[in-house]
Amino acid sequence: MSAVALDKPANATLRRWTDFFLLIAGLVVVWYLLHLWAGEVALTSPYETVAKLIDLLGQAWFWPHVGETLLALFYSLLIASIGGLGLGTLLGIHRLSGQVAEPILVALYALPKITLYPLILLIFGLGLSAKVAFGAIHGIIPVTIFALNAVRNIKPVYLKTARVMRLTPLQAMRTVWVPAALPEIVSGQRIGFALTLLGVLLGEMFASQQGLGFLIINAIGLNDVPVIMALALLLALFAVAVSSALLALDRKLHQRS
Amino acid sequence: MSKVGWIRLAIVLGSVGLLEILCQSGVIRPLTMIPPSRMAVELWKLGASGKLAPPVTKTLGNVAAAFILSVVFGFIAGLLIHALPRFRRALDPLLASYYAVPFFVFYPVLIVIFGMSDLPIIIIGFLFGVVAMIINTLNGLDRVPTVLLKVGRMNRMSALQTAALIKLPSAAPYLFTGVKLAVAYSFIGVIASEFILSGSGIGYDIAYAYNNFDNRTMYALMLFILTTVTALNMALYIWEQRMLKRRQGGR
Repeated sequence: MSAVALDKPANATLRRWTDFFLLIAGLVVVWYLLHLWAGEVALTSPYETVAKLIDLLGQAWFWPHVGETLLALFYSLLIASIGGLGLGTLLGIHRLSGQVAEPILVALYALPKITLYPLILLIFGLGLSAKVAFGAIHGIIPVTIFALNAVRNIKPVYLKTARVMRLTPLQAMRTVWVPAALPEIVSGQRIGFALTLLGVLLGEMFASQQGLGFLIINAIGLNDVPVIMALALLLALFAVAVSSALLALDRKLHQRS
Repeated sequence: MSKVGWIRLAIVLGSVGLLEILCQSGVIRPLTMIPPSRMAVELWKLGASGKLAPPVTKTLGNVAAAFILSVVFGFIAGLLIHALPRFRRALDPLLASYYAVPFFVFYPVLIVIFGMSDLPIIIIGFLFGVVAMIINTLNGLDRVPTVLLKVGRMNRMSALQTAALIKLPSAAPYLFTGVKLAVAYSFIGVIASEFILSGSGIGYDIAYAYNNFDNRTMYALMLFILTTVTALNMALYIWEQRMLKRRQGGR
């Protein structure tokens, strides 16, 4: 991989982007072939889907739903990323509680949390809080696991160096702990984002009268395939965009360390 | 059992006990949640009445099918993608953001194509599981020591031999992570599909019980899923730890 980059540093970026767009073009072709195979009723063509999406984006009633989803996503991310980071850091610093908690967290991570949605609804009722809770329980666990491992796996020699140089706790935090743990923490936040979005949408599908998830479950009920496809495309574009940005940050931090 | 294990057990039992006390004393209303002991009793009754077996076999069968497809296809796709570095670099951002796309929105589309059978559910479970397997296969192949590959080349091993004798064993821990995730994601995909639109299976039964305010059946089924998935995962976790220990000892 690096050999290519060393040969032609100027062309590598260009080629990477060309490859990426070729891949996207390939996916669109596959989509179109599937459309031809499955028929108009089952799968709308790429062109129609984009046209439908643009049509939806042009309508005034559509935007409050987007806003509602973004608001729920914002609150859930706030809880998941800050809560997970705090919890993970504490568990990472205190070795014994980390050892005790890790398998429990891993077990919780693997649970199909959708099973719990009736419980969440019974506790929070319909509306924003249920969606936020649903998003947060999806996102908080991977963030915690990654933060825990990030803090626990800091090389002991770094911490010893900090002690030898008699850094104050604040200095040690700023110059040793944070830079050492940050790459893994960002990886955790990336996965946390993906799962939080999934959780919020699931929550909206069952527990809401507003938001994109609600529009999807509505379209599913009416078997309105163009709307389903247009919304799926919108969500996929949003998810890939945010995730790619976090991935780029992630790569940069990992390279540096 | 180690000290850590005892503390962990105490915490788990303590939380269940606390939940039991909160429910029994009425702090958590019975309309919200029934005590864990009642859930177990209801689950036992459900099992004895024979109503549990059909949805359980259906759901577990679908999960098993989705899981096997994910692992086999994921591994093969991982090998192919790893052999094409240019394609892989282009694919990476898509793989990384794959799980943010809620795939089960395509479930109704699949129903239109394949009919209201088990096939759309298995496909959704497969779509959820396969990418975890691909990502971990790639991760594992990245970490095959170069020296081993050189040894393979020196011994003039064929591509197939290299894959079976060198790549597979040295990537095994990562593949195992992929397998573990594939189990979890197959469960999630299958049960989520059953929740949304289906006529049978545990997910459907939970949604049905919820809509009918049948808290006892609902919590019994929830308990069943949670304990089954946890038991399965713990078994895999213990197996993995043993494998890792043996590896370190062998070196």
